[in-house]
Amino acid sequence: MMLGWLLIILLVGGVLAWWGERWGPSVPRWIAVMALGLDMALVLGWVVVPFAQGSLSSEALWMAEWHSPWIPRFGIHLHLALDGLSLLLILLTFLLGISAVVASWTEIQRKIGFFHFNILWVLAGVVGVFLAIDLFFFFVWWEVMLVPMYLLISIWGHERRAYAAMKFFLFTQAGSLFMLIAIVALTMIHFEQTQIVTFDFLQLKETSLTVEQEMWLLLGFFLAFAVKLPAVLLHPWLPDAHTEAPTGGSVILAGLMLKTGGYGLLRFALPLFPHAAESIATAGMTLGVIGILFGSVMAFAQTDLKRLVAYTNISHLGFVLLGIFAMNAYAYQGAVMQMIAHGISTSALFILVGALQERMRTRDIRRMGGLWSVVPKHGGFSLFFAMASLGLPGLANFIGEFLVLLGVFRVNIILTVFAVLGIIGAAIYSLFFIKGTFHGPNTEGWTIPDLGPRHVALLGVMIVFQVGLGLYPQPVFQAADPFIQTLPAPAPSSPPPLTWVP
Amino acid sequence: MLSWIWLVPVVPFFGFLILSLFGGFLSRRMVAVTGAGSISVSTVLGGLVAARLIMEKAGEVPMAFHQVWWTWVGISRLRVQIGFHLDAVSTVMMVVVTFVALLIHLYSIDYMEEDEGYSRFFAYMNLFVASMLVLVLADNFLLLLLGWEGVGMCSYLLIGFWYREPANGLAAQKAFLMTRLADTAFILGILMIFSHLETLQIQEALRRAVVTWPHGSSAAVTVAALFLIGAIGKSAQIPLQTWLPDAMAGPTPVSALIHAATMVTAGVYLIARMHELFELAPVVQMTVGIIGGLTLLLSAMSALAQQDAKRILAYSTISQIGYMFLALGVGAVSAALFHFMTHAFFKALLFLVVGAVSMRLNHERNIMKMGGLRHDLPLAFWTFLIGAAALAGFPLTAGFFSKDWILWEVWSQESGSVWLSGSIWLWGMGMLGVFLTALYIFRAFFFIFYGDQTTQPDRKTPSWALSISLIVLAGFSLMGGWVEWPATFGNVALFSGFIGTAIPVHRASAHVFIEELLIQALSVGLVLFGIFSAYLLFLRHPGLVEAVVGTTPGKELRRAALRGWGFTRLYNWLIVQPFLKTVRVSKHDPVDRLYTRLMVNPYLWMAQINKDDFLNRFYDLLVTVNRACYLAVRRVQNGHLRWYARIMGAGAVVMMGMVIFL
Repeated sequence: MMLGWLLIILLVGGVLAWWGERWGPSVPRWIAVMALGLDMALVLGWVVVPFAQGSLSSEALWMAEWHSPWIPRFGIHLHLALDGLSLLLILLTFLLGISAVVASWTEIQRKIGFFHFNILWVLAGVVGVFLAIDLFFFFVWWEVMLVPMYLLISIWGHERRAYAAMKFFLFTQAGSLFMLIAIVALTMIHFEQTQIVTFDFLQLKETSLTVEQEMWLLLGFFLAFAVKLPAVLLHPWLPDAHTEAPTGGSVILAGLMLKTGGYGLLRFALPLFPHAAESIATAGMTLGVIGILFGSVMAFAQTDLKRLVAYTNISHLGFVLLGIFAMNAYAYQGAVMQMIAHGISTSALFILVGALQERMRTRDIRRMGGLWSVVPKHGGFSLFFAMASLGLPGLANFIGEFLVLLGVFRVNIILTVFAVLGIIGAAIYSLFFIKGTFHGPNTEGWTIPDLGPRHVALLGVMIVFQVGLGLYPQPVFQAADPFIQTLPAPAPSSPPPLTWVP
Repeated sequence: MLSWIWLVPVVPFFGFLILSLFGGFLSRRMVAVTGAGSISVSTVLGGLVAARLIMEKAGEVPMAFHQVWWTWVGISRLRVQIGFHLDAVSTVMMVVVTFVALLIHLYSIDYMEEDEGYSRFFAYMNLFVASMLVLVLADNFLLLLLGWEGVGMCSYLLIGFWYREPANGLAAQKAFLMTRLADTAFILGILMIFSHLETLQIQEALRRAVVTWPHGSSAAVTVAALFLIGAIGKSAQIPLQTWLPDAMAGPTPVSALIHAATMVTAGVYLIARMHELFELAPVVQMTVGIIGGLTLLLSAMSALAQQDAKRILAYSTISQIGYMFLALGVGAVSAALFHFMTHAFFKALLFLVVGAVSMRLNHERNIMKMGGLRHDLPLAFWTFLIGAAALAGFPLTAGFFSKDWILWEVWSQESGSVWLSGSIWLWGMGMLGVFLTALYIFRAFFFIFYGDQTTQPDRKTPSWALSISLIVLAGFSLMGGWVEWPATFGNVALFSGFIGTAIPVHRASAHVFIEELLIQALSVGLVLFGIFSAYLLFLRHPGLVEAVVGTTPGKELRRAALRGWGFTRLYNWLIVQPFLKTVRVSKHDPVDRLYTRLMVNPYLWMAQINKDDFLNRFYDLLVTVNRACYLAVRRVQNGHLRWYARIMGAGAVVMMGMVIFL
């Protein structure tokens, strides 16, 4: 039931925040922070501490579980379960959720209550997605994420918010549709074989499928997850949505919602359809590599700062896709690590860029320059997260990218070479970002206030996580390991022989 | 005591942390104390640890100390630890890096005194040194990569230290991107090592490589080649050298640090560390030598054409690293490391002197605008003279011993058919380099300190910190080579004996005593000849060079012969003409332009035309089609009752028709 409480606290907290606006503008903010903090404390106290003390075995399938019938006629259950992977991701959710609220503290001055209602409901959706293992229930949470985010963009967004919100909604909704069809089809096939109607993931996993069935069903799931991730070709919603969303929205979008795509692939798509996944692995990896290169080139081409950061997401999530479809332990761990590390680094960048916009009323990098002497703290933090984003060893993103590369190298050397080139692309846009904003001459004579203590504390915490995970990522690996053991891993081929030297 | 090794990189890192977190609250004095103090603690610790290593582990093979802190990444068969490996090679690197860095930090206390970014400067410098120490002490490739990228980042930050000037930012970016380009190859090499040898621990990987990879096998060659590319980028060798001359944009102590102790020597260290691997790949090892030879020649020529004192030194560094590559190419690791050490002393010295001189001349760096400064700046004069002599390899200075050793190793490499083997040419390149080195550095020397005095230095007396660093470095440039005397003079082998505890040392046997003596005499002759030529061409007859450069090949030939350059007709035709041309061309580095044209411009162009994301167009098209359909269908609903009746009638007729006929 603890898992249910996590969701209930967020949902009720959202309503309270909306209602609490009448008592003052900061009441919704505090309610949101407290709801997230309470959730975090619950998870830490009930799962993380026992786990660290060894009283909670990681060998069992789930660390915590909650099961209750919902619509028994169709075999639909309220089934939530937590394992290492979900644990990592919901901890990330609470962390970034708090960050989103704190980062919006001064930015949002309109409809504060409703804003925090939406934030908490999106986060509830995200947590639900990370916990639900009844496919129907999962789909419900998948949709719960969508509407509040649409509202966040279209109400508190920037200039082209209506367009961006619409685009976001259409793309994700179209993707979800395919997944819904695939879920229903899978249930029907299962029913034909066993005469049992169920949406339970563990039961559906046992369905025997023909090769074609498996492939089509996988594609249905893949489309939904690939739009969210986003895989290149399905990405155009992302730059607009990220650019137009308010800072808090961008943080949740980039830091968390994109991860639901990667999570879905790992949790459902691969275990349900391992053989089909194996046969499209090369295509998936290629898509990932194209994303890495494409995103980094595009990011460099932008003059809108938020758009620049938005495109970096495509590049970084390309590594996640690449890692997932490399299908071995190194790459899986790398993909998980990359999801967490990127969540932190990109959120920090969005917070920094958002804070710049709040102060300068522009996101045009051509009008900036020489801000280092004006806002040295801002510059220092930006430099740090630019370095994190370009994959500096010692920081968390590097671990993720390196492990993905290590895993892919055993499968496909050519793709590895191209993926490695992506890190130059990352260096180019990261340096361009720093040079355009903080270095060079301050041509327009900007004088803006530096980051306040709230931002400094928030970003400081994020730095601690980046460095901590960069130098001691082992807890993440240990947490994710039992789950990763269950993932399909085709027998590792020995490294392809090189015979160009006689 | 040995277990304190981790403090050596960690103390400067804490210096960085303190300065970057609280730099704003500290007085300048405190900043200096923290910045230079952390390095001095690290230097002392490094020295003590090195001494303990020699005392405690003497006689063990290999003489090494290993320290592991925690498991960094442990997934299935991948087990990477945060751990340090201290053997002779890393000890030499550690001691030299900390020591030279300490003197540079002392110097900076004075040099950077009036800069607004005082604490930022020391913070970056400390981080730079810490990264370099991690690089040399790392016991596995991943940690080495951490240091490797760390130095890259710090050099980026420091080259672009004066960030308001866009040109500095560009130079910084260039350095970072070019080295990172090479790093991709290095990373691929690491990936390949792991997938073939199942370990990322350096010593273990080398052991397994020797066992599993046959001599000259594809895997060994590929990995070695990939590592070589990484090393070339970091060490600014041809064809990836162009970033280093631009790196002069940073403050002078930064240049000194990059050139002498950190950054560019990383590539040399990598190849030395991976010595056994390169032995397995003779093709690649030969390439190392060839690259070294080419680099040392071409950049020495470039140095000759420069007017900016710091650019002369930059090209000089590339050229001297070329010597180290030359040594590595023939497997003479000890000689390469020895040259690394002496070079660290005299190159740091030269940079610091140039900085001290231009500081007194209102930051003038053009040697053509200097002159006759020997009376006003006696300390600079003497220290520069010592540095220049050491760089040129003047007998008994530090540079003489190291360069001589390298040349001898290159010479004695092939014993059979000497004229057909490769190393004779490499040796020739090295010898020519000796002459050029003497020529270009004494050209600078004469221009700065002799001739007519055109500028008046200000009256500021050099501070104690600045003077001490110059004097100590001058002392080491003069005497730092005395730990290793060639077989022809005393035969002292302290250095090579020490390195030999980690890596088998090449040392020619004694029966070629006369040969070695002759070669030494030849190289000494070349040094003296170079110095004399510089005196003749640039001080005594300054018009000569201009005349030579500006004339037709025939006249040049005749004049060159007349002035006694000592080259035969063939050499004139074969070398001087291309040489002068190369000098003129390489002033604005053609390779550099090639990179701009072949890689940067297309990339910018691509980025520009694709700014609006061509894939988006497709989705826009979907919207347009949808809207067109909507507009077409909208027409139907126009509110006219008659129209609706007509449509209904028509629909009924069609439906009935369908029912009847189908």
